[in-house]
Amino acid sequence: MSANIDVVINGQPRLVNAGTTVAALIGELGLAGKPVAVERNREVVPRALHGSTELAPGDRLEVVTFVGGG
Amino acid sequence: MNDSWTLGARTFHSRIIVGTGKYATNEETREALAASGAEIVTVALRRVDLSSKQTVLDAIDRSKYVLLPNTAGCYTADEAVRTLHLARELGMDELVKLEVIGDPKTLFPDNTATVEAAQRLVKEGFKVLPYCSDDLVTCKRLADAGCLAVMPLAAPIGSGLGIRNPHNIRLIIENVSVPVIVDAGVGTASDAAIAMELGCTAILMNTGIAGARKPVLMAEAMRLAVDAGRKAFLAGRMPRRDYANASSPTTQLIE
Repeated sequence: MSANIDVVINGQPRLVNAGTTVAALIGELGLAGKPVAVERNREVVPRALHGSTELAPGDRLEVVTFVGGG
Repeated sequence: MNDSWTLGARTFHSRIIVGTGKYATNEETREALAASGAEIVTVALRRVDLSSKQTVLDAIDRSKYVLLPNTAGCYTADEAVRTLHLARELGMDELVKLEVIGDPKTLFPDNTATVEAAQRLVKEGFKVLPYCSDDLVTCKRLADAGCLAVMPLAAPIGSGLGIRNPHNIRLIIENVSVPVIVDAGVGTASDAAIAMELGCTAILMNTGIAGARKPVLMAEAMRLAVDAGRKAFLAGRMPRRDYANASSPTTQLIE
């Protein structure tokens, strides 16, 4: 059984399996295939690296999308 | 009449840029965008709402509209730059609307931070359209920084107060080398016509349409007003006179 790690996603604490990648997290959030961008500890994670970027304990992630605005 | 305008390498025919905020539904957004005739539409960037099934992107046909992400809600140059890095990752066109707010009540821009952010973004290859005060010196600095256009406000964002200082807007139009897009403050069709008659290149509006009782009808009204104002500008208005000047012949009157 893999250990859990604490991360913060959009300001909310969340427990994820150690070794969870950004791509896996997007899937867990039900956002697979949706237009989202991810920032990890204030650095953009390029889409091409979502599958290979593993979350680390204490990571702060922002998962964003476009909304209506002027 | 071919009356197109350009931003960098792109050519546009419509002179109205519309925001996508504050609409009741995606359907209304879609209809209002179509009625406005816009070719460029703005969007904002926010944390995903996991409970929402639809996103604004569902209302925007990317084959018809150029997406213009904004930095609304940013109060520092750093936040604005960071926001646009994320926007770029989301897949946008190369144009961005830079706004760095300096005061929460008026939403007036922090012009100093806006110039700083513009310089950084231009260096990174963004095509920057900055929202700014109706201040000629700020507009000149933004043009010097490499912005493709400047976007002075007509009145506070969402206020609908119209063109508060037409004189300043005209001075900016006459003295900066890039297109001037009036951004914010247009409340109804006549405001849009006035801005275009002053000679601005285009107008950006959101609440003026979305805040109307019938947004889709107002979007059409705005399209017509922008068109009318543009044509009036090109036609060149008659000089103002203090006293009457008869339209009918003043001789050969019957006695």
